Amino acid sequence: MFDVILTLFGIIFTILTLMVLAAMLIWGERRLLGIWQDRLGPNRVGPFGILQTAADMIKIFFKEDWIPPFAEKAVFFFAPCVVVITMLMAFAVVPFSPSLGIIDLNIGILFFLAMSALAGYSTILAGWSSNNKYALLGGMRSAAQMISYDVFMGLSLMGVVMLSGSFNLREIVEAQRDVWYIIPQFVGFCIFMVAGIAESHRLPFDLPEAEHEIIAGFHTEYSGMKFGLFFVGEYLGVILISALTVVLFLGGWLGPVLPPFIWFCLKTLLVILFIILLRAALPRPRFDQLMAFGWKYMLPLALINLVLTGAIGLALG
Amino acid sequence: MITILFYSAAIIALFCTIMVITRTHAVHALLYLIVAQLAVALIFFLLGAPFAAALEILVYAGAIMVMFVFVIMMLNLGRTTIERERLWLPNSVWLIPTVLCGTLLLELLFALENNTALTAHWVSPKEVGITLFGPYLLAVELASMLLLAGLVGAYHLARPYLEKPDRGENESPQGIALSAPDPIGTSSAENNQHPPQLSPSTTRRQ
Repeated sequence: MFDVILTLFGIIFTILTLMVLAAMLIWGERRLLGIWQDRLGPNRVGPFGILQTAADMIKIFFKEDWIPPFAEKAVFFFAPCVVVITMLMAFAVVPFSPSLGIIDLNIGILFFLAMSALAGYSTILAGWSSNNKYALLGGMRSAAQMISYDVFMGLSLMGVVMLSGSFNLREIVEAQRDVWYIIPQFVGFCIFMVAGIAESHRLPFDLPEAEHEIIAGFHTEYSGMKFGLFFVGEYLGVILISALTVVLFLGGWLGPVLPPFIWFCLKTLLVILFIILLRAALPRPRFDQLMAFGWKYMLPLALINLVLTGAIGLALG
Repeated sequence: MITILFYSAAIIALFCTIMVITRTHAVHALLYLIVAQLAVALIFFLLGAPFAAALEILVYAGAIMVMFVFVIMMLNLGRTTIERERLWLPNSVWLIPTVLCGTLLLELLFALENNTALTAHWVSPKEVGITLFGPYLLAVELASMLLLAGLVGAYHLARPYLEKPDRGENESPQGIALSAPDPIGTSSAENNQHPPQLSPSTTRRQ
């Protein structure tokens, strides 16, 4: 009984922390982008503009929550929930430190991949149920992107699974005591980062909502808190990808002197900053370039990486 | 606890599958199918096969169903399709399937009556791998050859679209999956000059 209460407490605490973190990240990203683009960014509300997100939240709660009369109501309502639910579910398998973490699942990686695959329905269904041609275009782009980038996201992780001999994220971290997997699996790391950014629809890959051609893509018809959920979902995706990168390639909580949880947070923060920097630095490709890049370069590269890892593993016994 | 979870998942799976068969709106049917697959995945998990459960979600619900939804969104099915579906499925058609399903249900109940063990044995992913690449290696090889044949076939079907200069005009699911240079954005923009006909508003007027 005590265990159940403790787990429940852990779940609620994790969800609250993640939500606050995702909201803070919105401010952090705007501020950093401002600095990198030689301007100030939001700096009015509170010290350094840190309360900007709170102000935005208040605004978003008081906005009219409008459902277009031509939309499919049930699916329209459900679509933004899907991304937040699946992203939060995926955090269940992330080991934050040797003792912290919600569930120790022996199919941890597969669970994460399954949840990130299901998250794609959010954008697809949003695009379809809005019954708006720009939204539908965004939804279809999102579907094509999800299918393509899901494939080698899974393949890029199989190298790590081969080296550690487990799908369990906790065991994968433990297996990195000698050397972090970013060194033997550098190609896998690069492919995973690319696929992860594409899965969370971050800037170089945010074609489903490309505002210069299809208004706002899949969330064209969304307003108020429903739009807010998409926004939070995107940032939860960024945190999730960063946390998974840390667990799989950067040694998770391992590190000298500092406590494990601090190491985990520091590394995750570093990866998040890197993803934000990518947004500031890279332009958006055309959609056909995006698909060609996925199928013609990333997929063969992931397969070659897999074959080489297997061959070397066999040769070394 | 496990028994309650199992039976609720089973009820959801059965209900959703019935809904899949009886819906005339293709996207609604697909959504029910996705839910049914999630319920089946839960059942796999409860029966001690987490690997099968993960693959059920990852491959079926996550990849193949996305493909289905994608294709159906592109096909621009309209109200006429829904009407035609309804004409194809009058009430009398359901008679024989219902009898057959009833028989199966009875057999299932009979089997459950004799064998009540729920969770047999927890199968780890490693065991699945060892079994697949041990005694069942031949089946794995055959399946991979089948997939290769499918891949080559899809490539062959998509080739004409690759070579044509106006490839954006002809849209096909194979063309998209394999002919990466096909700009989905532009070609679907042409398809959607008229508003998407597979639209919720048309179905509500049924």
